[in-house]
Amino acid sequence: MAGQELADTIAGFALFADLTTPQREQVVDVFSEQWFADGEKILRQGLSGSGLYVVLDGAAAIRIDGVDRATLRAGDYFGEISCLLGEAPTADIVALGALRCLVLSSSQVESFLKANPNVMYRLLQGEARKVRTTTKWLS
Amino acid sequence: MQLAYSLNRLGVDHAALSADDAPGGMFRKWPLFQRMLSWTKPYTGFQPGSREFERHDWNSLAGDEPAHRGLMASVMDGTSYFPSRPEMQRGLELFAERTGLRIRYGCRWEATRREGDDFVLTTSDGEYRAARVVFAVGVAEPWKPPTPGLEHAAQYGELRPVETYADRRIFIIGKQNSGFEIASGLLPLARQIILASPSSTKLSVNTHSLVGVRARYVQPFEDSVLAGGVVILDASIEEVKRAAEGFDVRVRTTDDKPLQFLVDDVVAATGFTTPLRDLPELGVTTFGQSGLPAQTHFWESISVRGIYFAGTINQGSKGLMKHGIPSNSGACQGYRYNARVLARHLAEKQGRSVQIPVIAAKEVIPLLLREATLGPELWHQRSYLARVISFHPDRGILDQGVLPLAHFLDDAQFDGATAITLESNGKQDLYPVVYVRHASKVHETRLDDDPFLNFETAKHRADLAHALDPLLSPSLSQPRT
Repeated sequence: MAGQELADTIAGFALFADLTTPQREQVVDVFSEQWFADGEKILRQGLSGSGLYVVLDGAAAIRIDGVDRATLRAGDYFGEISCLLGEAPTADIVALGALRCLVLSSSQVESFLKANPNVMYRLLQGEARKVRTTTKWLS
Repeated sequence: MQLAYSLNRLGVDHAALSADDAPGGMFRKWPLFQRMLSWTKPYTGFQPGSREFERHDWNSLAGDEPAHRGLMASVMDGTSYFPSRPEMQRGLELFAERTGLRIRYGCRWEATRREGDDFVLTTSDGEYRAARVVFAVGVAEPWKPPTPGLEHAAQYGELRPVETYADRRIFIIGKQNSGFEIASGLLPLARQIILASPSSTKLSVNTHSLVGVRARYVQPFEDSVLAGGVVILDASIEEVKRAAEGFDVRVRTTDDKPLQFLVDDVVAATGFTTPLRDLPELGVTTFGQSGLPAQTHFWESISVRGIYFAGTINQGSKGLMKHGIPSNSGACQGYRYNARVLARHLAEKQGRSVQIPVIAAKEVIPLLLREATLGPELWHQRSYLARVISFHPDRGILDQGVLPLAHFLDDAQFDGATAITLESNGKQDLYPVVYVRHASKVHETRLDDDPFLNFETAKHRADLAHALDPLLSPSLSQPRT
């Protein structure tokens, strides 16, 4: 898929919804696109050096100790916590069918978010929702 | 050529076809400015025929015997450690001569279809049929984005003789190596050079990898900072229009400011694409601007099984990309080892047994540290290819050779095994990493880096022994009799 078409695709994702067209083109330029085969692991529990992934097409399972806990779909992102904390992922992420993602390496996440405060705010909102869900589940 | 050689070594019957007239086809034309970006260092302390020399030789194909190794060193005139284009061509010709490769030249692949379990290739020389086909067709067709007016721009490979750019204002679209290669080549002649693309440029010396503009092409940066003859912009190109004299280029910077440039020439250094012909219609999934096929860890299409890839197209099999560092599969020093691994994989698919040596427990640690210190596969394919040793109660300790790291981590057969890689986090010196798979868990241990790249110290031996403790217990390491 050409960069401009990809930039249009991510315009529909909450994470990038506040960006201008040149900013979305820059996202497409900075992130790389990657495909995964059915059953392939994208993140591996306990291994260092992962990245921030945004699902473009397909679905992926969040798998902890071999048990599927949730499913990720287009527009969802993962890997952000291990990038922000500098720690290895606490779950495997496994492709359920062919999966297409945008990927940003952990070393680039900080500079990218600081350069794109609108994305940082949207990411914070996403994290807040996860905390809320976890709090509800615990209570 | 590398894959054909490695298949020959394993005794795998195959046909190798090339549209070129002779070995080294691409290097009869490119690189544009006639010198490679990858080096072959002549004086290393190792003989060119040795395996250890391959760390310093990015351009030779990888032979299994001394007479087939490090051939580029023998054809270079010594004036530069970057081979010239004719030297690169000669090196490939020499490899083909020495190894007796049988390649059908002048045979153009034209179309592909499925018939039962086979693929049928229509070529200029008749039809070929096989259950598995490997495409090594490069990523070398210049590509332009659909920006209005970009059809007016010359592409990489379409530049006029350099002297015709004297005293001209030149707008180069694209800030990767090809853009900076052109800027470097035109720097002594152009009145002004403008380089523009949306994202800011990285430098390989900063990323500690091949990501970014290589040091050879950094001079335009210095000119932009110290002399003002070069402008480097982070901007998307909105339109290119013909003007009364030259071109009118409209851009928008990433902070949303419109800018206009009146220039004499526009050059599109906007990347290259993969000439896959009808493979997408056959179901091969492609991605990205380069149209790379999405591939498994063994370089097979993720969507059409039986179709494999070799050469620079291997960039489509990303591996773990730990810390964002990609493989070197886009360059000879990376894909030559992928091809060797692929040849073994294809041999096994054909049911051929590939010899896997049994080693003694006392050999494990020295072998792994030796590979980390001198092994070319680990050096050139960091966190991508790994040296693997498996431990079996009934068969003993097996040296599985070099395999894709991702395959080692994910394939169930390797529970009770270890792998070593060289890795970089993009900031520090590179370091070995040991992976131990035991009791269905993977444990990762980073060993110390070393300024002299010596990973055979007492400390490394002790740390590796500690990491391997679950596997190296005597009860596991003794062959059952």
